[in-house]
Amino acid sequence: MTEQTNHHPSPPPASFRPSDLKRKLRIGEGAIETLLFILGFLTIFVTVSIVIVLGDQALLFFNDPQVSFREFFMTTQWQPAIGQFGIWALVSATLTTSLIAMAVSLPLGLSAAIYLSQYASPRARSVLKPILEILAGIPTVVYGFFALLFVTPLLRDLLGADKLGVYNMLSAGIVMGIMILPLISSMSEDALSAVPNSLREAAYAMGATPFEASIQVILPAALSGIGAAIIVGISRAVGETMIVAVASGATSKFTFNPLEAAETMTAHIARISGGDLSYNTIDYNSLFAIALMLFLVTLVLNLISQWIVSKFREQYE
Amino acid sequence: MTQPETMQYAIETNDLSIFYGKFEAVRDVNLKIEKQKITAIIGPSGCGKSTLLRAFNRMNDFVPTSRVEGEILMHGTNLYSKQIDPVEVRRRIGMVFQKPNPFPKSIYENIAWGARINGFKGDMDELVEQSLRGAALWDEVKDKLKQSAYALSGGQQQRLCIARTIAIQPEIILMDEPASALDPISTLRIEELMQELKKNYTILIVTHNMQQAARVSDYTAMMMLYEETRSGTVIEYDETKTIFTRPKDKRTEDYVTGRFG
Repeated sequence: MTEQTNHHPSPPPASFRPSDLKRKLRIGEGAIETLLFILGFLTIFVTVSIVIVLGDQALLFFNDPQVSFREFFMTTQWQPAIGQFGIWALVSATLTTSLIAMAVSLPLGLSAAIYLSQYASPRARSVLKPILEILAGIPTVVYGFFALLFVTPLLRDLLGADKLGVYNMLSAGIVMGIMILPLISSMSEDALSAVPNSLREAAYAMGATPFEASIQVILPAALSGIGAAIIVGISRAVGETMIVAVASGATSKFTFNPLEAAETMTAHIARISGGDLSYNTIDYNSLFAIALMLFLVTLVLNLISQWIVSKFREQYE
Repeated sequence: MTQPETMQYAIETNDLSIFYGKFEAVRDVNLKIEKQKITAIIGPSGCGKSTLLRAFNRMNDFVPTSRVEGEILMHGTNLYSKQIDPVEVRRRIGMVFQKPNPFPKSIYENIAWGARINGFKGDMDELVEQSLRGAALWDEVKDKLKQSAYALSGGQQQRLCIARTIAIQPEIILMDEPASALDPISTLRIEELMQELKKNYTILIVTHNMQQAARVSDYTAMMMLYEETRSGTVIEYDETKTIFTRPKDKRTEDYVTGRFG
């Protein structure tokens, strides 16, 4: 007992004054908060500005007597030279190539992520991860020529040169999928690794095989993070320009057949704006309408994938 | 190969040592666990209680550097022999963890999932009800089986974890401090439940709580560290009564009376 009395906390110092508790002015704190607010606001400001500029210019396009809102959304021919502005010719190619890209990158990327996070030994991981990340560092123009000069000839050998042209959406889509692959796999792997170990142990303790644990417990729990990967992947695919510009052809055509050549929205913008367009012509203004549509397509696809993910995900605390 | 002597125990260890890399975490443990009894493993922090417990259902396999010497015998078969499938071992030796860890699925699915992956073909509704009744949870959740397990309180979640474990009908249930994250009332309910469960199951429980060990267990294994190697071992194993009233080892006496360290 005597020992304990020695450990009593010492009384407050005699110099303590109640005024010590008064609020102090901390200039640094306030400055940091203001700075962070400005930076956060900046991203919103930039996004809104882009939409305003696009909308403003697109309005000029729709006000032109040669085009109507109805024609833009309801027809499927995009021939600015003869005054046909049906956006679906470009949207169909964007959707087709993006869909192929996701069909390639999602299963491959998820499998790679599951392997890396659930199965791979630390050594296998340390070799595989950097290699995957190198894929992400390749310039897209290189991917474009990889599609045109390697994948397309390969596909033509496999499917027959009569079925598949030199320019086609299939090859561009596949290579776009390869480009997105590291993005999907690395984001999904982060999401899978973030699932608490206690869930993994719970599954194993119930007599689950590693595959059952991964697919039925870990994957659904990681689905919100994987959903983010899918959304970023789709946005990359829809916005990707160089690969489709090089490999998918330069003729706009309303088709969902991946064996055909068709120009995507992005490739069309790149091609037209590369030429000598003069300001405030209908061609020039049409670019902004396409860009706005691109924005819209990305938004809708993101909303759809968000909705799908929210239906299947299993939320842990 | 199977000796009648072996069969009277639920599980037993022969000179069991567990290594993490070069470090010997647990050394030379010899335990014979009685069937349909509760055996408590007690001892100071870091003496290898959980490591020993996790050796029984081969959970240590997930630590890449872990290694086992000696044997763990169940029905005369060494669980660490090459022909043994650890997945099958875990199906027969269930585990309840320190922190309740229900799956982020519905209450119903938490129980049905384990049964399904283990090939259960019968009436799932009935199995879910039986398991929840077995874990004294049925009356509280019968109207919200489709709700997320995370809507339950910590104590209810832990009983759900017990329910899903008994749904796959293991022979042995391992409990790693199952009540340490719970309030006293939830703890009491878990302890009452354990008394019910031991009619059908053999239970091995790791606990920090001396009173809990004294209250619930029939047998107690006291673990302690070897000073020089920092390896844990069982220094005394006897009926709980004996351990708490007439321990043979001075260190056990010091520990259970709170005079340790």
